Amino acid sequence: MGIKVAKTANEAFAEGMRQINPDVVAAYPITPATEIVQIFSQFVADGLVKTEFIQVESEHSALSACIGASAAGARTMTGTSSQGLAYMWEMLYIASGLRLPIIMAVVNRTLSSPINIHCDHSDTFGARDSGWIQIYSENVQETYDNLIQGVRIAEHPEVRLPCMIMTDGFILSHCLETMEMLTDEEVRDFVDEPPERENLIKAAVENKPITIGALDLPDYYFEHKRQQAEGMKNALRVIPEISKEFGNRFGRYYGFVENYRIEDADIGIVVIGSTAGTGKEVVDNLRKKGIKAGLLKIRVLRPLPVEDIKNSLKNLKVVGIMERVEGMNAFCSPLYSEISSCLYDLEKRPILTNFVYGLGGRDVKIKDIEIVFNDLLKILERGKKEFTLKYIGVRE
Amino acid sequence: MPSIKELAKRESRFVSGHRLCAGCGAGIIMRLVLLAIDKPVIASCATGCVEVASTIFPYSSWKIPWIHSAFENSASTISGIEAAYRVFKRERKIDKDIVFVAFGGDGGTHDIGFQALSGAAERNHNVLYICYNNQAYMNTGVQRSGATPKFAHTTTSPVGKKIPGKIEWQKNLGEIMVAHNIPYVATAIPGRWNDLINKVEKAIKIEGFKYIEVLSPCRLGWPHEPELTMEISRIAVETCVWPLYEVEFGKYKLNYKPKEKKPVSEWFRLQGRFRHLLLPENVKLAEEIQKEVDRRWEELLKKCES
Repeated sequence: MGIKVAKTANEAFAEGMRQINPDVVAAYPITPATEIVQIFSQFVADGLVKTEFIQVESEHSALSACIGASAAGARTMTGTSSQGLAYMWEMLYIASGLRLPIIMAVVNRTLSSPINIHCDHSDTFGARDSGWIQIYSENVQETYDNLIQGVRIAEHPEVRLPCMIMTDGFILSHCLETMEMLTDEEVRDFVDEPPERENLIKAAVENKPITIGALDLPDYYFEHKRQQAEGMKNALRVIPEISKEFGNRFGRYYGFVENYRIEDADIGIVVIGSTAGTGKEVVDNLRKKGIKAGLLKIRVLRPLPVEDIKNSLKNLKVVGIMERVEGMNAFCSPLYSEISSCLYDLEKRPILTNFVYGLGGRDVKIKDIEIVFNDLLKILERGKKEFTLKYIGVRE
Repeated sequence: MPSIKELAKRESRFVSGHRLCAGCGAGIIMRLVLLAIDKPVIASCATGCVEVASTIFPYSSWKIPWIHSAFENSASTISGIEAAYRVFKRERKIDKDIVFVAFGGDGGTHDIGFQALSGAAERNHNVLYICYNNQAYMNTGVQRSGATPKFAHTTTSPVGKKIPGKIEWQKNLGEIMVAHNIPYVATAIPGRWNDLINKVEKAIKIEGFKYIEVLSPCRLGWPHEPELTMEISRIAVETCVWPLYEVEFGKYKLNYKPKEKKPVSEWFRLQGRFRHLLLPENVKLAEEIQKEVDRRWEELLKKCES
């Protein structure tokens, strides 16, 4: 079994990568993900991995090189953040369209402008429709566990899609937490050899021509996109299978979402990432006062676990969707749109309201989440809401 | 070098059925480059004429493992493939020798793909990069690129009443690649097939990043009569507009010296994009080009002599 260690999320990512021992890593340093690249470079320099580490000249080339490597049959990984992810944008869609199971460690950070290096989820939220599986982490342990499971999910023959694993910039990436690290053998045994797939090097060895990335005109493009959509749909089945296997082996079970005291709750919040930890504390305090409060943490955003979200929220009366992203649509944040569309088909729906917080790394504290719950209580009393979107912790 | 008879017996790995224009230089270049390589090849290709015309799903002209991912990243895509090969070889998962070739047009190489090219060259991947330079964005309708020659007419540098075509000089990317200290840089044309074959054969025997820039006449964008492709490419050499040279580990070598250097007007007169330079009122413009071609030629001769 594994051992208890103190690691930052960046270290956990890098250690996980070492244990997965990918064939190729191509990455470019960017705050706050830079440490992953640095630590992994040392692993390469010390001969602890077999990996060919391509120190590319940009994130665009990082993902392009990953695409080449993955298309050549290599187990391939990268890591990035913020502007780096933005710079990869074009290639995100190409990686998923070519059905390449690349794994990307993302340290969430806001987007310029104004330039700011701190956490929010603007970077990966913009990539949510790029055809990548998206798994978010609440703490360092989850960051590590999600990375290891991500490899199996992405490579599953019925999924075959790239996967990004998220952790919160600085809040997790630079904070030491106690976690249980698996042994190298356990990880290598779990991720195993990747399932075989057609690739460029195999084709060269067998002298069989293969054309990858052909021009798809209106007579074929749609069918290929439909197949890709099916891969994402299959991930809804595969992710729980892999999570169960992970749990059975290592004792930590993960769902698409985490329900925290929500089963009998009247009011609840929906959160992503490290805010869940603070949110749980607030829920506990409210419960002590006899208030039926709960929390729903979204772990997997792509594929969108519609049934789980419905089941978790269907009996609540008021739900506050908290998000570290501003949607810039003069209405609501992106997660609000996603959650409300999940619930639309229910006959009885909770009242939904939206709270944007923590942009550019603005701290979210217990008192901030208490403000949210106070608002939810007011809505519960009145039976109606007076706003759809409220900003928490901003000077106006 | 194999004789032309031997080459003719080799299996063509860029085959007919593609939709490149009649008289396209790029198709000839692709076929010649692959003919010169007597080993398994994996190629990446930038978005552009060759890619869109040769891989219209479910058809492909490539009898090799081939990938296209985007416009600006042929060099970084092949970097990843070559890295995968290195690790498989080290892990003894494969033992075959494979040659890695990246193709890109001038837009995908000189302009939008320049960063990826420079990075791959700096990392010195064991890759042969072939730029088929048709001197503009031909696939999207003949827009000017960083490789478009001065005063050439394109759809975004049109010859007008005030401006006589593109007003900037073209980049000399070959020299920029030499400055990367890569082991091999060369220029070539389709019209001297033996020189091109020689250079590819030589390049793939050298470990590290190799760059060959091949002038690729474009009957649509230059435009010229389709049967003149090979001749026009040779005129580029005879006028010293496109000298044939190679730089091996920093050492310059001229591969062909015209017996009698022809005036640049010979180069202009077969192409619509330079037609205005032959008009009496534009004599000074033509002279300016001649002067610069002469200067660059003299400079190259000096480098080759030293």
